[in-house]
Amino acid sequence: MIRDVVILRVVSKFLIPVIMLFALYVQFHGELGPGGAFQAGVIMASAFILHMLVFGLESTRRIVSVTWLRACAAAGALLYGGVGIAGLLLGGNYLEYNVLATDPAAGQHVGIILIELGVGLTVASTMVLLIFTFADRAPR
Amino acid sequence: MITALYVALSHDLLAVIMVFSANSLLAAGMFTVMDAVDVGFTEAAVGAGVSTILMLLALRCCARHERPGPRQWLPLVVVVVTGATLVYGTMDLPPIGEPDNPVHLHVAPRYLEDSGREIGIPNVVTSVLASYRGFDTLGEVVVVFTAGLGVWLLIGARRRDDEP
Repeated sequence: MIRDVVILRVVSKFLIPVIMLFALYVQFHGELGPGGAFQAGVIMASAFILHMLVFGLESTRRIVSVTWLRACAAAGALLYGGVGIAGLLLGGNYLEYNVLATDPAAGQHVGIILIELGVGLTVASTMVLLIFTFADRAPR
Repeated sequence: MITALYVALSHDLLAVIMVFSANSLLAAGMFTVMDAVDVGFTEAAVGAGVSTILMLLALRCCARHERPGPRQWLPLVVVVVTGATLVYGTMDLPPIGEPDNPVHLHVAPRYLEDSGREIGIPNVVTSVLASYRGFDTLGEVVVVFTAGLGVWLLIGARRRDDEP
């Protein structure tokens, strides 16, 4: 798309790692500060979208293919559901995290971190998938 | 308010998208001022960021300018009546910040007092969303996943067939 704007390319090369780092911070710090997996997923997706806007759809698709995105979106939702099933198998109710570890509070921590991971994975890959689909459809 | 009026009245769709994005950014600032940092976060990232780009990409598929049609008055009447009803409804709401409002008396005290012991993490929003209301969040994730899958199946997958 934009191939000749040097400033945009250089600045976004600086920005994309920072955005990704911030997304990971929001993801794993969500239990302490504001934010959580939904926000983290969108921020992570916006890093890829910025890359797509500046470097073109094809070069971003070489980094993450549509197949991978679909797999990641499904894996995130399955991870969330799987944590619930794991609780069932360990003798609790569906999505009851107390049984995931010996200490109930530790079990809650394990459960919340796992489901947040699932949420972040699904949200990020679904957003990128949406944008890819539309960008692919649009006439060049 | 001004941005919303501009969105309704303008015929230049590109300008409408830009103003819409500014509207989202203002709303995000408003949420942050009202101490709802999580919501402000989401509004800034989704409303001002991702959905703007999504609408821009959709705009590339169609014309930039809206064709001026005949003025229609029925939608305006419907919107005004609905808005007036909602404003009338807010008159019965209790004032913001009173400690004995219904919203502060139901389950909120239990979350605020016990979640530190039961869940053990300081952010009550996270413990409510992820643990107490885990089912709802599971539903949201499945909705996001299904929406993405639906869009991909509708306009992404068909493209593969026309390619040789």
